[in-house]
Amino acid sequence: MIVLVFLAQTLRIAVPYLFAATGGVMTERAGLIGLGLEGYMLGGAFCGALASYYSGSAWIGLLGAIAGGVGLALLYAVVSIRFRGDQVVVGVAVNLLVTGATEFFLRLAFHSSANSPRIPSFSVERAGAGAALVGNPLIWIGIVTVFAIGWLLYRTPFGLRVRAVGEHPAAAAAVGISVERVRYVSAALSGLLAALGGAYLVFDQHQFSAEMTAGRGFIALAATIFGRWDPYRAALACLLFAAAESVEIQLQSVQLIPSQFVEMIPYVLTIVALAGVVGRAIPPSALGRDAG
Amino acid sequence: MTTTPATEITPAPSSAEPPSDRRSRRAGLEEAVLPALVALLVAALVGDVLILSFGQNPGAVYRLLIEGTWGNAYGFGQVLYKATTLTFTGLAVAIGLRAGLFNIGAESQLAAGGFAAAMVGLLLPAGLPALVTLPIYVVAAAVGGGIVGGIPGLLKARFGAHEVITTIMLNFVVLALLNYLVAAHLKVPDTLHTRTIKGGALPRLSVYVAAFHGSAANMVIVLAVITVLACWWFLFRTRRGFELRAAGLQPLAAEYGGVHVGNVWWRALTLSGALAGLGGLNFVLGYKYYYEDAFASGAGFLGIAVAIVGRNNPFGVALASLAFATISQGGLAVNAMVPKQMVDVLEAVVIIAVAASVPEVRRLLRGAR
Repeated sequence: MIVLVFLAQTLRIAVPYLFAATGGVMTERAGLIGLGLEGYMLGGAFCGALASYYSGSAWIGLLGAIAGGVGLALLYAVVSIRFRGDQVVVGVAVNLLVTGATEFFLRLAFHSSANSPRIPSFSVERAGAGAALVGNPLIWIGIVTVFAIGWLLYRTPFGLRVRAVGEHPAAAAAVGISVERVRYVSAALSGLLAALGGAYLVFDQHQFSAEMTAGRGFIALAATIFGRWDPYRAALACLLFAAAESVEIQLQSVQLIPSQFVEMIPYVLTIVALAGVVGRAIPPSALGRDAG
Repeated sequence: MTTTPATEITPAPSSAEPPSDRRSRRAGLEEAVLPALVALLVAALVGDVLILSFGQNPGAVYRLLIEGTWGNAYGFGQVLYKATTLTFTGLAVAIGLRAGLFNIGAESQLAAGGFAAAMVGLLLPAGLPALVTLPIYVVAAAVGGGIVGGIPGLLKARFGAHEVITTIMLNFVVLALLNYLVAAHLKVPDTLHTRTIKGGALPRLSVYVAAFHGSAANMVIVLAVITVLACWWFLFRTRRGFELRAAGLQPLAAEYGGVHVGNVWWRALTLSGALAGLGGLNFVLGYKYYYEDAFASGAGFLGIAVAIVGRNNPFGVALASLAFATISQGGLAVNAMVPKQMVDVLEAVVIIAVAASVPEVRRLLRGAR
C-alpha cells in the first residue's frame, strides 16, 4: 500500500514536469533555448484559471491555458527570430513579465494579491490518491504526450525538420526547409505543452496562486538537459526528480535529509551531466543561435 | 556551441572605444541611445494600458512615481541604495558578456558574497578600525561570489559545459544551500537572518546629509563608483581586459592571436561572480548588518537587464542601474494606486524592447550609411 501511495504521489508530482520537459525538448531540438518554460507554465496556469472561472468549465480552462502558453511562446519566438533578440535575454524577460503580469491581473480580476477563488476543475473531490489519479485526465494526457512527442520527433517529416533546424540551420535551409517556420511551430508547441503543465497545477490545487509554479519550469529544463534532449529520457528524468521529492515528503517526519538537499538534486545532476563525467550531455549544435 | 549566444547582443564596442573621429562617436551614440528611447516609449505605452485597466489616471500615477523617487530625499536615497546593488550585478553580467559569456548566476553570487561577508563579520573581533575591516570584508564578499562564479567558469573552460545552464542550475543549488545553513544553523530564532556583525559597518548617507534620514543609502555607493571606474580601466586600458574583449568578439581569432581563451573564460566568470558578490556588502555592511535569507530578491536577475540596457559599458551600467532602481522604487511609491507588480511588467517590456531593437537599430543605421 505504501508503495502504491508512493508511486501515485510520484506520478502526481511528475506530470507538470513531463509536460514542460517535453515542451523543453521540442523548443531546444529546434535550436531555441527553453528558458521561458517557467513563464509559459505560470502564464498558462493563470489563463487556465481565468478561463475556467469565467466559463465554469475545466475544458475551456484548458483551452485558455493553451492560448496563454502559446501566446507567450510566440512572443519569445518573434522577438528572438524576427527581431534577432538574444534568446537568453528574452527568455529571462518573459519570465519576469509573466511573474509581474499574473500578479497584476490577479489583483485586477480577483482583488487579491495571493490567489484566485476556487475554480472548476477535473479532480475528484476529497478522494484518495488513487481516485485522484483516475479522475484527472491530464495525468493520462501527460503520459501519452511523451510518446506522442517521441513519435513526432523521430517518426515524422516534421520531426526530422525540427532536428535538422536545431543541428544545422544553414543546411536545413539549403534543402528548402523554412527554418523560421519550423522554429515558430516548435516554440508554439513548447508553449502549449508547458501551459498544460501549468494547467495541471491549477486544476490539482483548484485555484491559481501567485508564483505557484515555483521553479518547476527550471526543473523541467534540467530534465530536458539531463535527458539529453530526448523525450523518453527527459520523461525518465522527470520521474526521477519527482521520485526524489516524493521520498522527501514521505520522510519529512523523520528529518533524515534536509529538504534543501533534495531540492538540489535535479540541478546538481544536470551540472554533472553537462560537465560530462559519464555520458556527457551534448546540446543541439545550433542551440541559441540565429537561423542564418 | 562554439559561438556563444551572447555574441549577438554584445555590441561592437564602438561607443566605449576612444573614437577615431567625431562621426563614429556619433554613430556609436545613436546605436546606444536609440534602443533605450524605443524601450522607454513602448514601456510608457504598456504602462498607460495597465494603469487605465486599473481605472487610474496615467498622468497622476507617473507623477507620483517621479515624486516618490527623485522628488524627495528619502525616495532618492532608496533609489541610490537599489542602484548600488544593481551596479554591482550589472557590472558582473557586463564583464561576462564582454568575454562572450552569459552569467545568469549573479543572483546566487550576490547572495554568496553577502553571506561570506556576514560570516567574516561574525568572526572578526569587535573594535577593529574600519580601515582594517573594510578590505577584509571586500575580499570576503569577492571570494564568496567569485567561487560561485568560478565553478561554471572552470566547467566551461575544462569541459565546455554551457555557462548559461550551469549558472542557472547553480543559482538553485547555492540558494538552497544558503537557505539550509541559515535556517538550520545560523539564524536568530524566529527569523531567517544571522546575528549582527561585530564591527566594520559602514555609515548611512543620512549621517552626512540629514535629509536622507530613514533611507538605506550608505557608503558602499562610493565602493560602487570606484568599481565602475576600475572596470572601465580594466576593460579598456589593460592587456587582460583587451584579451577578455578579444575572446568575446572573436574567440577563434583571439586564440590565433595568442590568447588562451579557456583561461579568459574562467577568469572572466570568476571576476563576474566576484563583482556580483561585492554587491552583497550593500545589504550586509551598509543596511542591515546581518545576512538575511533571500535578501537578493531579484537584484541579480535585474543585473542582466542593467547590463543589456547599459550596453556592457561600465558607465552605461551605472546609468542603467539608476534607471532600473527608479522603476523598482517607483513601484512601491505608486502601490496605493496600481499594484506594484506593474513595474515588473514594465521592466520586462524594457528588456524585450531593447533586446529586439538593438539588432534592428544597428541594421537600419548601418544600412543608411
